[in-house]
Amino acid sequence: MTDTPKHTPLYDLHVELGGKMVDFAGWMMPVNYPLGIMGEHAQCRERAALFDVSHMGQVILRGENVAQKLEALVPSAMTTVKEGKARYTFFTNENGGIMDDLIVSNAGDHLFVVVNASMRHQDIPHMRDNLEGVEVTEIFDRALIAVQGPKAEGVVAALCPAVADMTFMQTMVGDILGAECRISRLGYTGEDGYEISIPEDRAVEITKAFLAHEDCEAAGLGARDSLRLEAGLCLYGNDIDNDTSPVEASLVWAMQKSRRENGGFPGAARIQKELAEGASRKLVGIKPSGRAPARSGVEIQCSNGNTIGAITSGGFGPTVGGPVAMGYVSAGHGEPGEQINLIIRGKAQPAEIVSLPFVQQNYKR
Amino acid sequence: MGIYYSEDHEWVSVEGDIATVGITAHAAEQLGDVVFIEMKEADDEFEKGDEIGVIESVKAASEIYAPIDGVVVEANEELEGAPGQLNESPEDNAWIYKIKIADASQLDDLMDLDGYKSFIG
Repeated sequence: MTDTPKHTPLYDLHVELGGKMVDFAGWMMPVNYPLGIMGEHAQCRERAALFDVSHMGQVILRGENVAQKLEALVPSAMTTVKEGKARYTFFTNENGGIMDDLIVSNAGDHLFVVVNASMRHQDIPHMRDNLEGVEVTEIFDRALIAVQGPKAEGVVAALCPAVADMTFMQTMVGDILGAECRISRLGYTGEDGYEISIPEDRAVEITKAFLAHEDCEAAGLGARDSLRLEAGLCLYGNDIDNDTSPVEASLVWAMQKSRRENGGFPGAARIQKELAEGASRKLVGIKPSGRAPARSGVEIQCSNGNTIGAITSGGFGPTVGGPVAMGYVSAGHGEPGEQINLIIRGKAQPAEIVSLPFVQQNYKR
Repeated sequence: MGIYYSEDHEWVSVEGDIATVGITAHAAEQLGDVVFIEMKEADDEFEKGDEIGVIESVKAASEIYAPIDGVVVEANEELEGAPGQLNESPEDNAWIYKIKIADASQLDDLMDLDGYKSFIG
């Protein structure tokens, strides 16, 4: 990762728009634009925000029984994902930890997979090494953007009317200004919206066309993080990693019943044991009572002063209007309403365990 | 008499033996939207370089370091309820401390406006 940071097809546009560019997972990406994180966050909750997520890995899997083969690497049902539908899942390791989380779309004659930018270097070889007879093609010539927010449908439908009929987790190929795009109704903000894979030579033009809509403004990684945190969505590397299991991370919903019962994925022994007996810790929402944000790494103590866990993601929630956090607490703790203390700069600050998400998800079902 | 600047991006405005301290517009811009400030209280004593507060933006936490030795005369408690003022008027309404200067010679170690401008490039 010591290489010069890479540029997405939208790099020049970010600079032109005044984006504050930083190195994120080996890519120069905008943290925010002149509107600022708070403004961009509000833009997404109230109207529509456009994010460049081209740093994420787009992969095509092609081959006979490819969905069935992929099930050997993930604990979710892949063979039951109908054509035109997408599903959230994660690669697990032999110890039942999470190697990365990803979205798998059934595109008919192939699977379209999107993995985290920081884990591309791991995931691509992982699939190549373990999916026998499957052609694993990493896509380098397409941008990926996300248009998110209650007005996202209007913004995207203005250029591709068919998207208005899609529902959450649907995916299709659509024509945008004559370019063939893969459009999926999903995202990472808790809001309705789309992720759109665009041929790189048309990416700037199409992005500008969306931004020209009166309801749409560009937003950076800063707002993306505060939006996903309020929506209670895990960030790989913070809230989930090689040590955390899907049961600990409250991701049991992403493992369909047949897979939970029958196993047949890496780490099934630990995961099935935790499903039966409970995990030793679990990921919970945490609402600090005061104004001080509790960041990743902050120690969590129960009322008698014993350490029961640590914050994994935390910051200020602009829609909540105060600090919000997620973290792991040991078994026996974690019921909503439990009063805890967060040790911020050496001082115990009161907080409460709450149900996730902090902000109601607003998907089009 | 005058306004001085520290390498930690603070401004220090001196009147008699009282210095008013805040963060520069450049610092406020780098921090982004400020959502929280933790300050010392009146009569707290400190030395140059001590951590005398924390400012948190949506992005991250940043410490405030004492630009000189002194004692807090007054902290701008309005900021606790309205930390966004640090973005709106960092070099004016959003002053952070009034400090009784312990050693005026330390002001010589700070920069003037031209020096600060070239420091931040």
